[in-house]
Amino acid sequence: MDLQDLYREVILDHNRSPRNFRRIEPCSHSAEGFNPLCGDKLRVYVEKDGDAITDVAFEGSGCAISVASSSMMTEAIKGKTVQQARALFDEIRALLSGEADNEAELGKLAALGGVRQFPSRIKCANLAWHALRAALDGDQQAKTE
Amino acid sequence: MTQVATTDRALPFDVEAVRADFPVLDQQIHGKPLVYLDSAASAQRPVAVLDAMDRYYRNNHANVHRGVHTLSQRATDDYEGARQRIAQYINARSACEIIFTRGTTEAINLVANSYARPQLGNTSEIVITQLEHHSNIVPWQLVAAQTGASIRVLPINDRGELEIDQFEGLLNDRTCIVAVNHISNALGTINPVNDIVRIAHQHGVPVLLDGAQAMPHTAVDVQALDCDFFAFSGHKVFGPTGIGVLYGKENLLEQMPPWQGGGEMILSVTFENSTYAGLPHKFEAGTPAIAEAVGLGAAIDYIVALDIERIAAYEQQLLDYATERLATIDGIRFIGTAREKASVVSFTLEGIHPHDIGTIVDSEGVAIRTGHHCAMPVMDFFGVPATARASLAFYNNRDDIDRLVDALHKTKQVFG
Ligand SMILES: Cc1ncc(COP(=O)(O)O)c(C=O)c1O
Repeated sequence: MDLQDLYREVILDHNRSPRNFRRIEPCSHSAEGFNPLCGDKLRVYVEKDGDAITDVAFEGSGCAISVASSSMMTEAIKGKTVQQARALFDEIRALLSGEADNEAELGKLAALGGVRQFPSRIKCANLAWHALRAALDGDQQAKTE
Repeated sequence: MTQVATTDRALPFDVEAVRADFPVLDQQIHGKPLVYLDSAASAQRPVAVLDAMDRYYRNNHANVHRGVHTLSQRATDDYEGARQRIAQYINARSACEIIFTRGTTEAINLVANSYARPQLGNTSEIVITQLEHHSNIVPWQLVAAQTGASIRVLPINDRGELEIDQFEGLLNDRTCIVAVNHISNALGTINPVNDIVRIAHQHGVPVLLDGAQAMPHTAVDVQALDCDFFAFSGHKVFGPTGIGVLYGKENLLEQMPPWQGGGEMILSVTFENSTYAGLPHKFEAGTPAIAEAVGLGAAIDYIVALDIERIAAYEQQLLDYATERLATIDGIRFIGTAREKASVVSFTLEGIHPHDIGTIVDSEGVAIRTGHHCAMPVMDFFGVPATARASLAFYNNRDDIDRLVDALHKTKQVFG
């Protein structure tokens, strides 16, 4: 078990200064993600123009992993289409469950893979992505697996 | 002549000898010796408990109260013997006042459903406190929802102490029951339960004490407390999981209807009617957790041999040391600073989420609990989503505290 793998510099950086940490109001979609185990709670806001995601933001409180994951998520999907965002959700899920075969293509996001050695933290990394999917699906609350 | 093992209170508490009784403590976690600081969530068990359960399964197991054969008699003797020892330890008037349950949670649910629900109407009130574990909140909410009763909550102050002066004002002739924890699992606060029982009784209201955290830290005498119900869990008092106790005053238990139906709890059954067994079996439907009861009896014996007063004195010293050492860490905030406190330290570190603290100290071999500790209303009161909590038992030593402090410094380093 290597802590450096979990708390990589890019994760610590996004935790220290989260990007797109704000509310979008009104917005086309928003959904909440809540992890009752540790109390992490965040809301993801998505603004769409047709099929394009023109803006995305989040707010809430959580551990370094969930904040960094949220922050990196907003950076990654801004400007993408809904379809591309959904595809990225699947890739991140694969990454976190150790089934990804294209880690190199994920760039910065690959840093999230460090949680794999820490099973109790996988949900932290997942949370924002589930909230994103819920928002895109028009749900109020993320369903976590 | 055999020597009677009595403990001499003047002698220092021999923590190293005690540690040797707990095999689980002797292991490496991530290459470092385990430091277990999560006993409030679940304590570890001494060899004496493991051996008692093993002996029971190897030699004496059969179903209880059901057979004329020898093994069934032995199993019954072991099971009822454990009940006797527990009754004696908490000073119940009679062993029939000791109901075995799955734990504190089931004991509280039993009282909510069998004692309270039949009396509750839509003007009835149940009094709890802001300091409760979810298991002393949700069962009352369930019966309140079924009956229209309401729940009133005694608040806490900034130290995490009950606002005891406001307690009497919550009581009236519609109050059905008061349910309060004896010692808080989230903060360690020792509540003034003697006052609570006395005041409630002046208003004719019975009191349930959630004793889950009291049993491992303090002497419990249910007659001196004069509480009407007292609930605790085996696994928090160095016994097995899956077993716990509801103590109730005999006259109240007598009046209560059975909660669950099945074997063991009946005298006779026809399709027209069944008559119920007497106490305590009326409340123990089905084959009970026999080996677990035996293990709990052995755990109580272990505590008796160590002497709970000496345990409490030692833990208090350890708590003082922990509080002093932790206070030297920059950015630490203690959550819960009650003047009467058991060996639980809840805290936050500025700018670092408790969940991250938990992971990093674990990598140093130190086990603490992080989260809301099943007490979300307490977290809300202090305006934090979660805390880190180190809970100490008598098998912890100063070295454990030093290791925690070092691990917290390491945590701060990681977050630079
Ligand atoms: C104060 C308190 N009450 C109740 C409980 C519930 O105990 P159990 O889960 O063993 O039923 C706990 C344990 O978490 C506790 O600390």
